[in-house]
Amino acid sequence: MTDFLLYALLGGLGVALVAGPLGCFVVWRRMAYFGDTLAHSALLGVALGVLLDINLSITVTAVPLLMALGLVFLEQRGFLSLDTLLGILSHSALAAGLLVIALLPDVRVDLMSLLFGDLLSVTMADLWVIYGVAAVVLFMLGILWTKLINITVDHELAAVEGTNVALVRTALMLITALVIAIAMKIVGVLLITALLIIPAATARNISQTPEKMAVAASIIAMCTVVMGLAMSWYTDAPAGPAIVMSAALLFTLSLGARRRD
Amino acid sequence: MKGDMITSPLITLNGVNKAFQGQDVLQNISLKLNQGEITTLIGPNGAGKSTLVRIVLGLIEPDSGSVVPRADLRIGYMPQKISIDPTLPISTCRFLQLANTSHEACHEALATVGISHLVATPIQKLSGGELQRALLARAILRKPNLLVLDEPVQGVDVNGQNSLYKMIGGLSKSLNCAVLMVSHDLHIVMSATDQVICLNHHICCSGRPDQVTQDPAYLDIFGQSTDKATAIYAHHHDHNHSLDGEVVAGDGDQHGEDCQHD
Repeated sequence: MTDFLLYALLGGLGVALVAGPLGCFVVWRRMAYFGDTLAHSALLGVALGVLLDINLSITVTAVPLLMALGLVFLEQRGFLSLDTLLGILSHSALAAGLLVIALLPDVRVDLMSLLFGDLLSVTMADLWVIYGVAAVVLFMLGILWTKLINITVDHELAAVEGTNVALVRTALMLITALVIAIAMKIVGVLLITALLIIPAATARNISQTPEKMAVAASIIAMCTVVMGLAMSWYTDAPAGPAIVMSAALLFTLSLGARRRD
Repeated sequence: MKGDMITSPLITLNGVNKAFQGQDVLQNISLKLNQGEITTLIGPNGAGKSTLVRIVLGLIEPDSGSVVPRADLRIGYMPQKISIDPTLPISTCRFLQLANTSHEACHEALATVGISHLVATPIQKLSGGELQRALLARAILRKPNLLVLDEPVQGVDVNGQNSLYKMIGGLSKSLNCAVLMVSHDLHIVMSATDQVICLNHHICCSGRPDQVTQDPAYLDIFGQSTDKATAIYAHHHDHNHSLDGEVVAGDGDQHGEDCQHD
């Protein structure tokens, strides 16, 4: 097996590992559109990183995070429904990112790999970043797990019982921004939400507790990475879309498992 | 000092005001909740009941006025309803464990509210009445000295209402806790209520409910079996409200100086 294929496999598995539990929260808390908005703003993060000559890892995490905090602020003002706000910010961020990249002088950025991922170009340095971030994300999810479930069930009940809802919510946004930053390399900004929600939705059909669903979602996401990479290897198809199609296939099969129950 | 703790109110609100987008929702609210006392908060829709409850719960801050909880205040809260996404796999037992991790305590609380058989049922599959009992079980799990119940009997028929009221009265005694209960029913309240507060942005009136269980008209409507759990509250306003909620002068024909209400 060649090195680049091994790196691609390890990189994909590392992202799939954390996409499982985070994806569960995206599904439980109905954050799919929110995830899309943050993912789109990561493209703007790349553009700004190149434009200002800052390390891209920092800007693709910082811009979605600022976007998330901005969203919370605007939502509390109550000018517009959250749905409309997300629609405005999501597509504005995508358009702004595309514009800045198009207008950058003397810099050639591979737009396709940003939009749909470039798993086969994962390097050893990328692997360090992916597994470092994955470890931080799993650690944060671990210590906040019960609190996160609690605010997902009912945030007012959680607050009365002593949970610092604002703090836990902000931590979840930080986690989301971190996962988006590492998932970008694998499936690209347009398909990140798919990698988060399809394995989680598949896991729902076979799980009885939140913990089992989170673990099942991780395993399913890892399977889709292997399947997608295999498809990409043998047919020369782009890896990102191949992974998402594999996830959709497994989801369809899980519907059959559910019907038999 | 210990004696002070026992006799001082669990929570005291003094001249609390709250407005949302320039609309006054609460005006100059002062109230005390005492250990072991049951208080029923009634008022029409949009009167600010939920806002007042959220202030007591500490979920929102008043614009002015003070909220002083006693140092040992421990609140058990039963919300009106909760909506949990069907994609979250969570049993009734696990739902309770979010408040108190002890497995035995959860089983005990479910037994207290009479739904032990639902321990493994997904919380989303419970009926309205069952969910209310599960929420009550979670509220008592933390051994509170103040139970806050937001419309606990909403959507429950008269008999169910009766048994829930009896259960709440019993819990209040066994836990020795105060109860703050919200009701949208302006006239029928739990008979064990010590204090009724009628709210319409400000406190319109407050007092004890009349014990009218022998009133033939009451028995005619609710029957003998219900006479212990509910009572009729007679309002004694000294003013009226226009349709938009503004205070207008009292109508002498209805509530004059010789008004017979208590």
